[in-house]
Amino acid sequence: MPRTDRIAEPWGTRTPYGPGETWPTRVDQYLADGLTEVDVDRWVQSATILHSNGDGLDIAVKDDRIVGVRGRAVDRVNHGRLGPKDLFGWQANNSPDRLTKPLIRRKGKLVETDWDTAMDAVAGRCRELLEEQGPSAISFYTTGQLFLEEYYTLGLIAHGGIGTNHVDGNTRLCTATAAAALKETFACDGQPGSYTDVDHADVIALYGHNMAETQTVLWTRVLDRLAGPNPPKVICVDPRETPVARAATVHLAPRPGTNVMLMNALLHEIITNGWIDREYIAAHTVGFDELEKQMKAYTPEVAAEVCDVPADRIREAARILGHAERLLSTVLQGFYQSHQASAAAVSVNNINVIRGMLGKPGCGILQMNGQPTAQNTRECGADGDLPAFRNWSNDAHITDLARIWNVDPMQIPHYSPPTHIMQQLRYIEEGSIRFLYVTATNPAVSLPELRRIRELLSQDRLFLVVQDIFLSETAQLADVVLPAATWGEKTGTFTNVDRTVHLSEKAVEPPGEARADLDILIDFAHRLGLEDKDGQPLVKWTDAEGAFEGWKECSRGRPCDYSGMSYDKLRGSSGIQWPCNDEHPDGTERIYVDGRFWAQPDYCESYGRDMVTGAPVEETEYKALNPTGRAVLKAAEYVAPHELPSQDFPFQLITGRTLYHFHTRTKTGRAPQLNAAAPEVWVEMSASDAADRGFAEGDLLEVATPRGRVRARLRVSGIRPGVLFLPFHYGYWDTKDGSQPKKKGEGRAANELTLTDWDPVSKQPIFKTAAARVERVSRGGTPAPAPTTTGSAPVTGAVPPTVGGDSARAEELVAGGTTVGGQA
Amino acid sequence: MKLDLAIEELHRSENHLVTVLMSMSDRHKADHEVFYVTRDMAKWSREHVVELARIGRDFGLDLDPEASEDPGLLASVRQRASELMGRRSTPGLLLLADLRHLYRETAGTSLDWEILAQSAQGAKEAELLELARRCHPESLRQARWANAHLKVAAPQVVAS
Repeated sequence: MPRTDRIAEPWGTRTPYGPGETWPTRVDQYLADGLTEVDVDRWVQSATILHSNGDGLDIAVKDDRIVGVRGRAVDRVNHGRLGPKDLFGWQANNSPDRLTKPLIRRKGKLVETDWDTAMDAVAGRCRELLEEQGPSAISFYTTGQLFLEEYYTLGLIAHGGIGTNHVDGNTRLCTATAAAALKETFACDGQPGSYTDVDHADVIALYGHNMAETQTVLWTRVLDRLAGPNPPKVICVDPRETPVARAATVHLAPRPGTNVMLMNALLHEIITNGWIDREYIAAHTVGFDELEKQMKAYTPEVAAEVCDVPADRIREAARILGHAERLLSTVLQGFYQSHQASAAAVSVNNINVIRGMLGKPGCGILQMNGQPTAQNTRECGADGDLPAFRNWSNDAHITDLARIWNVDPMQIPHYSPPTHIMQQLRYIEEGSIRFLYVTATNPAVSLPELRRIRELLSQDRLFLVVQDIFLSETAQLADVVLPAATWGEKTGTFTNVDRTVHLSEKAVEPPGEARADLDILIDFAHRLGLEDKDGQPLVKWTDAEGAFEGWKECSRGRPCDYSGMSYDKLRGSSGIQWPCNDEHPDGTERIYVDGRFWAQPDYCESYGRDMVTGAPVEETEYKALNPTGRAVLKAAEYVAPHELPSQDFPFQLITGRTLYHFHTRTKTGRAPQLNAAAPEVWVEMSASDAADRGFAEGDLLEVATPRGRVRARLRVSGIRPGVLFLPFHYGYWDTKDGSQPKKKGEGRAANELTLTDWDPVSKQPIFKTAAARVERVSRGGTPAPAPTTTGSAPVTGAVPPTVGGDSARAEELVAGGTTVGGQA
Repeated sequence: MKLDLAIEELHRSENHLVTVLMSMSDRHKADHEVFYVTRDMAKWSREHVVELARIGRDFGLDLDPEASEDPGLLASVRQRASELMGRRSTPGLLLLADLRHLYRETAGTSLDWEILAQSAQGAKEAELLELARRCHPESLRQARWANAHLKVAAPQVVAS
């Protein structure tokens, strides 16, 4: 049967279509070990988890083991397609080094133990500290990879039971700015876009969003539009020559840290040329006069100087944006993890708002997520916000939540914004947080300035609990390690960036004694004896469906309303978009239709923040500014980045991802096809910078910043001059060193180099503006181990193309019944 | 007419604010958000000093457009001390004291802008009024940040 090498061709075969047409179906399937469909015992419904796109898939099970996956043709998100990480990543579930028993630290070493001992140690230490110091000693750091039910339960335990304000998720590193930008413009989280906007748009603008690598199936949809009649124009803002940049009508590659300057120049052009919808602005927004006034100074010439982008190219991009009839804007880490993150992302919202391009087919904003369930972390209160977009500074919202949880309103901390992870680390540093419970994330590789992070996490005075599926770098530093079940081994729901909710059913049993995260959390709550105000158990459910029912009540009447959904309704469905309630029983594809927002002072999630200092706006101020709940146009002044290149550190270092890996490779590094496609860290530099220094493809370089050093082979790529790129995926679990580099100066993790600084509005750490220098350790001999299919494509030398070979061939069934493939 | 006195006083207080913000920043190097945000806000005061010196000439004043700042050595000593103290809990109390001080300083400066704006209006000095309109909001933002950050920091410092 014809198959396609999906490592060599990550986006698969084209199925071109025109504007307003339905995206053709193409069902992608991969079964291991030469198995065919007839060998499969059963197919179990789920969705993809190694990125944020939320593609519906079915898990193939044979002999109670996962043996493959197949895209769901009926699903509204992917119409059957899967990306390389989905096709191959599931193999990590079957990895022989999964955690199967709890571990506890005895005499400095982690040793196997039983669940009772482990959980008593966790709950015991927590209770001890609560008695001694109170809730300020306890903190939680979760992920964007658990399920909705688990986040809601975690939020309930932390906020309603323990009463701590120290709750965050690693969504802080990925989508905190998405949420913050939406809260600034619309006073509430929730995406004003739908993936079907790709079908209708005549202009698609991607800001710091390498969609081709981060959401491969969504990019496949764009590629199919580009291959069809009347394709959309594409605007790309990215300092690297990514696949998006190569497909773009206009590519702007600004200096790292200058996004706000560039955005202001685009706004300047759009406003001065009058490419705005005055009627929409008058009827549905506040703040336009101030925006217009502030943007006056930001001419393309000024921006050209600061951003090092030709003024004419800025004008050309602005003209395309200004003449768009159906504008879809998307934003991701190039903005979120850079200097002035929220201000830059808000400026993108401003463009759609002043052009009146919201709530209509093709007119949307997707402030993207990076992780599969990040939206739920935000919705359910596991990122520290209160559940269902309740406003922590609105007392009525607290009272309402206390009623649902049957606790005293005083129990729910709401005296200040939640403590984000970077601030939690500060409290750990000074010794006031003494208990940190980490679920499904790996801060010892993913947070900035790793030497500091390791020092903080290994302190004796900190009790560190890590709940994970592998012995990650972080787990190696823990006092107790709890083995968890993962996707395919437990049931739950999750929601993607365009508000589509999927059910993911349990397909197989978890290995050994590993347990579902939800079960572990409920056990923790019971051992702590957490009760409501009537002395009944605080957590009233015992399984995922019970938690979902609890969440439905909590979300009723709020923007992210799930009250009209059920597990039964999600079974077999194509995915349902919230809000879904009595009024909209089939969900809601487009929000903010006709300029109706969720921004009314008594309903909104947030009153906003100062765009430079991050200080929260007070209730009275917000009421005066926006009494009727319109969209808020916020202007942001450009502020220079905090760490600028110098004589000693002449480069700007940015970190990022590659198509074939997810996070710290705990799963993708254990999937052979994905690992082989990008097996080792590399560093990218422009051809001119390399030539200036006499460096060549494959040379072993040492990249240094004031924080540390990393060794990597050089890929001469299409990155802009003056900038270095390191992928952040690579840590130490698959080296002989364990949790950290044993030899100083032989680091592998990009975050050895990054600086501790964050956006004051979203509190998202800045990974994309560190000053760095680079030296050659030795000359090459082999090309850098970087993929050639992606943003790391070589521009010099004879580098063999990235291929997957026989083991990476997957089936593609295009609607109409013909199976097609690139290679036979 | 005492507009020159009002300008001179404001020039003095914005100048002082630069020192307050920068020394506070240096003292809290280990508290990253405090370190960077105070530095970003100090830029506003520095610009105000420039503007006030410029407009001061129209009122017969000869004010220094450059804010007087601590020598680099003192700053780096403070930063180093902050890093060395980073593992102790006492800087928390110092932070509260500094935020309280900053709030009072910025509130004072903000009132000085109020006085200048009102006087400029009374004296029909359009350019001076425009300057006050431009700068006063930034002065208020400094005060709001001090207030907001105090709210965030206080519970952990005091209740743990």
